[in-house]
Amino acid sequence: MSEPSRLWGENLTLAYDQSVISRDLGISIPDNSFTVIVGPNACGKSTLLRALSRMLKPSQGAVHLDGRLIGSYPSKEVARRLGLLPQSSIAPDGITVADLVARGRYPHQKFLKQWSRSDEQVITEAMEATGVTDLAGRMVDELSGGQRQRVWLAMVLAQQTPLLLLDEPTTYLDIAHQMDVLDLCAELHHERDYTLVAVLHDLNHACRYATHLIVMKDGQVAAEGDPAEIVTEDLVEEVFGLPVRVIPDPETGTPLIVPADRGGRIARRTAGAGPRPAAQEVGRRSA
Amino acid sequence: MTLTPARARGADGTADTAGAARRARPAPVLRLAGGRVSVLVRPRTAAVYTGLLAATAAVFAVSLAVGDYSIALDRVLWALVGYGERLDLFFVRDVRLPRALAAVLVGAALGIAGAVFQSLSRNPLGSPDIIGFTGGASAGAVATILVLGGTTLQVSLGAIVGGVATAGLVYLLALKRGVQGYRLVLVGIGINAMLLAVRDYLMTRAELTEAMTAQVWMIGSINGTAWGQALTIAASCAVLMPVVLLLGRRLRLMEMGDSTAQALGVPVGRTQVMALLAASALTGAAIAVAGPIAFIALAAPQLVRRLARTSGTALMGAALMGALLLAAADLVAQRALAPTQLPVGVVTAVIGGGYLVWVLYREWRTGNA
Repeated sequence: MSEPSRLWGENLTLAYDQSVISRDLGISIPDNSFTVIVGPNACGKSTLLRALSRMLKPSQGAVHLDGRLIGSYPSKEVARRLGLLPQSSIAPDGITVADLVARGRYPHQKFLKQWSRSDEQVITEAMEATGVTDLAGRMVDELSGGQRQRVWLAMVLAQQTPLLLLDEPTTYLDIAHQMDVLDLCAELHHERDYTLVAVLHDLNHACRYATHLIVMKDGQVAAEGDPAEIVTEDLVEEVFGLPVRVIPDPETGTPLIVPADRGGRIARRTAGAGPRPAAQEVGRRSA
Repeated sequence: MTLTPARARGADGTADTAGAARRARPAPVLRLAGGRVSVLVRPRTAAVYTGLLAATAAVFAVSLAVGDYSIALDRVLWALVGYGERLDLFFVRDVRLPRALAAVLVGAALGIAGAVFQSLSRNPLGSPDIIGFTGGASAGAVATILVLGGTTLQVSLGAIVGGVATAGLVYLLALKRGVQGYRLVLVGIGINAMLLAVRDYLMTRAELTEAMTAQVWMIGSINGTAWGQALTIAASCAVLMPVVLLLGRRLRLMEMGDSTAQALGVPVGRTQVMALLAASALTGAAIAVAGPIAFIALAAPQLVRRLARTSGTALMGAALMGALLLAAADLVAQRALAPTQLPVGVVTAVIGGGYLVWVLYREWRTGNA
């Protein structure tokens, strides 16, 4: 860590009450990366994201944001530098899309100055970037899950933070909407220079979209780096306890993780259906 | 000052004020002082609030005029500024004005406090009862009446001490990494039930006259409110309501979830404590003046939200609605069975409860609930 990045943490011990999730964890989010954090359930990835966004105060160690301890900023100041989309947000009853997106401007507003011309500009842009402009007057509770997630993203974009943390932004969405959200994230990263950090469940999505992948296990970083370099069959089996094959994604060339057909039952059942090269040699290949 | 129209829904390409339709402005903006002050003005909200204010003013005026000794409205106005017959002056300024003021202010205090509790607990049934305040205040007041005999001041103090102590206890018991709505509600219901049992036990030990005093107090009444009490509630409102209103934006953001609010830069823990303290103190002041009046805190925030169709809690609206409800209820309480005066708590229970049921019923019928 010769030149510290905008967001990093050292010697982090993260705990809820008495149960320690992570001990002595060091983490650095490369600037201008699309960093994705993956790992099995309860490996501490959401906890890490909470610590990075000062939702959770580390019991030891510290998180640094733009060269200062994150805890030393006033709350609104952090909210102008770092945006977070939590796993669950509640849309108030009877709120319109434009109203909800406008709430993202809170950290930029004062009590007497609740609506400046730049607020309006930013909200317009945030809605355009996420493709929800046409929904502006609709009630949020009438929208589909995918639309709603884009509205929440628009709200976070309206915060105008160079850093964006997303906690499982694709959960509960069907595959088309998952891709919509991830493509949108990739676009924000490529074209608008956001530094993105997302917790994702789907390894294949992670490998496809991440420029920097952090694989966690038991509260520790098991591997991190370019997904094409670090994702191997050994790593996935070690971290998730699942034998897999890793092949190049025919669409993108990024690693594609295919779970092994343990016991070969499915391959036997579909044996006549077509050529299945190497279907029987289940298990591990060294990378 | 510029007022610009809300998003125009020009669907079929009719060029309605070109850019306006694409603009992401949720409501017209009121700009003052060269843009240094700018607030969103929602026309429906503004209209509803103005209506509530006008209705409250009307009820207020009528309650100064009518009674066993009725006074024409023009004479009421003259009496207010100090002219007229001695009897007019006495009734308007010494008897009816403090009472009418108390009704409006106690109603406003209960309404806004109820809105805070509902916002914090994210539960439309949140009210001072929920955090045990009413139970605590009742037990405190009844204990004071039975043990000390109970002058008005003593009973008020007993109620406030009981209420605040209980609210504090409930908050501490519900505290675990911040307060979560449902935990606050569940702990509050439990504590409230226990305190009502304590109160009922005390009542069984009471002499008949003491029990009568306590019973009347528990229904809630502003019969015979004197200037001292009216000023107490006025001072409390003057200090505490601005505090609550300043917290309003934060509270509305917290309704989206603690994490979301915190991510937007709201100091959630501090806001919770400040809002609970201010709302508890307002409830305490209201109870001290009028006893535990039912339903205003519960119904006012819900009614105004539905009327004004606000997104999230409308604190100012809840205060206005509470003021109107209690002022109207008190007028009914005075005149319905005149010359017998009902305790206003009886009327609020009927009006507030009935109206809430009607509103909910209508929503279920239309499938909005």
